[in-house]
Amino acid sequence: MIEINPEFCKGCYICIEICPKSVYAISEKSNKKNINLPAPLNEKDCIKCHLCELECPDQAIYVEDKND
Amino acid sequence: MTKELFIQGNQACSMGAIEAGCRFFAGYPITPSTEIAEDLAISLPKVGGSFIQMEDELSAIGAIIGASWSGLKSMTATSGPGFSLMQENIGFAHMSETPIVIVNVQRGSPSTGQPTMTGQGDMMQARWGSHGDYEPIAISPSSVQEFFDFTVKGFNLSEKYRVPVILLADEIVGHMRERVLIPDKTEIFKRVAPYENSSDFLPFKADENGTSPMPAFGDGYKVHITGLTHGELGYPSSSPDDHSNLVRRLTNKTLKNRKDIVSVDLKYCDDADIVLISYGSPVRSIIETVKLAREEGIKIGYLKINTIWPFPEEEIAKLNCDDIFVVELNLGQIVYEVERVVKSNANVHLIGEIGGRLPKPTDILDKIKDLV
Amino acid sequence: MTDHKNKNPFIKYFRQDRLPTIFCSGCGIGITVNSFLKGFESTDLDFDSLALVSGIGCSSRVPGYIKCDSLHTSHGRALSFATGLKVGNPDLNVVVFTGDGDAASIGGNHLIHAARRNINLIVICINNSIYGMTGGQISPTSPKGSLATTAPYGSIDTPFNLIDLVTAAGASYVSRWTTAHPLQLSRSIKTAFNNKGFSFVEVVSQCPTYYGRRNNLKTPIAMIKMFKENTVNKKKADTLSDDELLGKIIVGEFVNKQRYEFSEQIEELTYKKTEKKPIRKSAY
Repeated sequence: MIEINPEFCKGCYICIEICPKSVYAISEKSNKKNINLPAPLNEKDCIKCHLCELECPDQAIYVEDKND
Repeated sequence: MTKELFIQGNQACSMGAIEAGCRFFAGYPITPSTEIAEDLAISLPKVGGSFIQMEDELSAIGAIIGASWSGLKSMTATSGPGFSLMQENIGFAHMSETPIVIVNVQRGSPSTGQPTMTGQGDMMQARWGSHGDYEPIAISPSSVQEFFDFTVKGFNLSEKYRVPVILLADEIVGHMRERVLIPDKTEIFKRVAPYENSSDFLPFKADENGTSPMPAFGDGYKVHITGLTHGELGYPSSSPDDHSNLVRRLTNKTLKNRKDIVSVDLKYCDDADIVLISYGSPVRSIIETVKLAREEGIKIGYLKINTIWPFPEEEIAKLNCDDIFVVELNLGQIVYEVERVVKSNANVHLIGEIGGRLPKPTDILDKIKDLV
Repeated sequence: MTDHKNKNPFIKYFRQDRLPTIFCSGCGIGITVNSFLKGFESTDLDFDSLALVSGIGCSSRVPGYIKCDSLHTSHGRALSFATGLKVGNPDLNVVVFTGDGDAASIGGNHLIHAARRNINLIVICINNSIYGMTGGQISPTSPKGSLATTAPYGSIDTPFNLIDLVTAAGASYVSRWTTAHPLQLSRSIKTAFNNKGFSFVEVVSQCPTYYGRRNNLKTPIAMIKMFKENTVNKKKADTLSDDELLGKIIVGEFVNKQRYEFSEQIEELTYKKTEKKPIRKSAY
């Protein structure tokens, strides 16, 4: 499970750029600031490297380790 | 047992600091205050304290504010040029309510001026030198004994009200040697720690005195200290009300406790037509002047200001005389405060001496005779 | 304030009632903070012993967001406050968050003297080559020719190399990474915590708002890509000529060499004079 906090995300899209498996893409969903949120559209490819958590400047991403 | 010593003013200041519980000094060499640093470099390690010679006065005041938050009573000593450099962070200490003591052994000024000569040119800089509204506490010793006593008093007031205290000494008081009595036991104010547990504690919520207990870093309170306008929790705030409440509380803290802070000494003022007002080393001249004048049958008294800031308004307004002479080692600073306070109830005159000499009592008396 | 239950691994260290931060979208400061917290987590130090100190500028806002004792001081002077705090209580783990303007311009003298003393604290210098808080003026690390509001025709100043500066002054641990190297950066911060002395960690970071937009790096992503493409590891850089290194960011560890530490020497002096350990928090 990958969660993106819509209240914290400022729409820099660094997560999209740095993910080694291209998990993220810009979604249709927007937050209160009218920012189109990134979403883990290719979540199945996620290798749980947690780089996106580290590179998100706004502490908006959570990557759950265990697979459902 | 009371100890009797024959020492220099700057030495008395450093002994007063140790007595008051000062355990951290950071400073930068500058005439005529350097002996305070030199003395504390010897004595602090012997009482478990720390001494640092910093790279400049900007960092000296920064270091003592940092040390104060580590839980130590801390002090720096300087003279005019260094005092100018410290102004920004004196404001920080007011805003962050950090107890520190700053000793300014004044010299001839402006600029580099007369490093080895006396002066009292920094009275207004102590009052208004940092930017913004604040109410400083500044005390002025006129003897070596007072340099010891007032240093202790300075630490006590600083800790009690969580404000920076400035000791406005001058070169004569700093360098002259006199007999000093060091009491066996001195009254020392201990810093007040928070009594709530850490999660409920509001570090900037004031009690009825306008002040609040002060936690030390590492105590688990996880406080945020900032020079920005802040609320009771300490977090930055851009609310006009928060700013107004904070700055009013900080200034009122000194003003509301005026009675506890302010001190003057009056002599022969009850029947006096003329009153001499002074502070610091020229007090010695006016005491002698009053003696000479009384011998001649002139009804004259003196008022010696110990606490420069907050200004002893009530004490001076109460004077019932025709003429007031303010004797100071500048071209007129405190004289304007006296004028403001006495209004038209008395004629206020300035005897301002610059150049590094104390005015002679006979010269003061001649000037009085000329004018009155 | 947030209703969303945020399970981000670093959020527990934040003063959550102050979030989100004031930093612009894509600012590198948040990445540096994450790497710092990850680095701290990998040490065995107690979070309660952490004290963050800062001056003025965007990067100096960091201590206000972390739930630890924090001291947000005046412009350039953070290191002098930190020196007093550390000497006053050497049990504290003192970290200074600063920027290129705060550390190298107005605070340059304190930086070299803290390094000279080798006082045991960490400086994390977030270098974005611009004054962000005041709206994009030239800084002492702005590259020659770069544009800023106060260099409308391009900077004519020669920038400081902060690594060379603190190395010459005597820092015992010196490293440089970029916000495109968060894992290396967090490992470097761990090493800095374990170094008993003055540690300087430079983080080359992006200010997309004021540096990027003016200097043909229009998005945070463009800036991070530039960092990735332009960095050369120190080991490789040692084999290259100055011409080959022109415009490159050299990253890696530059100094890791222990020597006498300042606060410990002060404590030793006290011990010599009194045969006792210095008393902590004696004001109370």
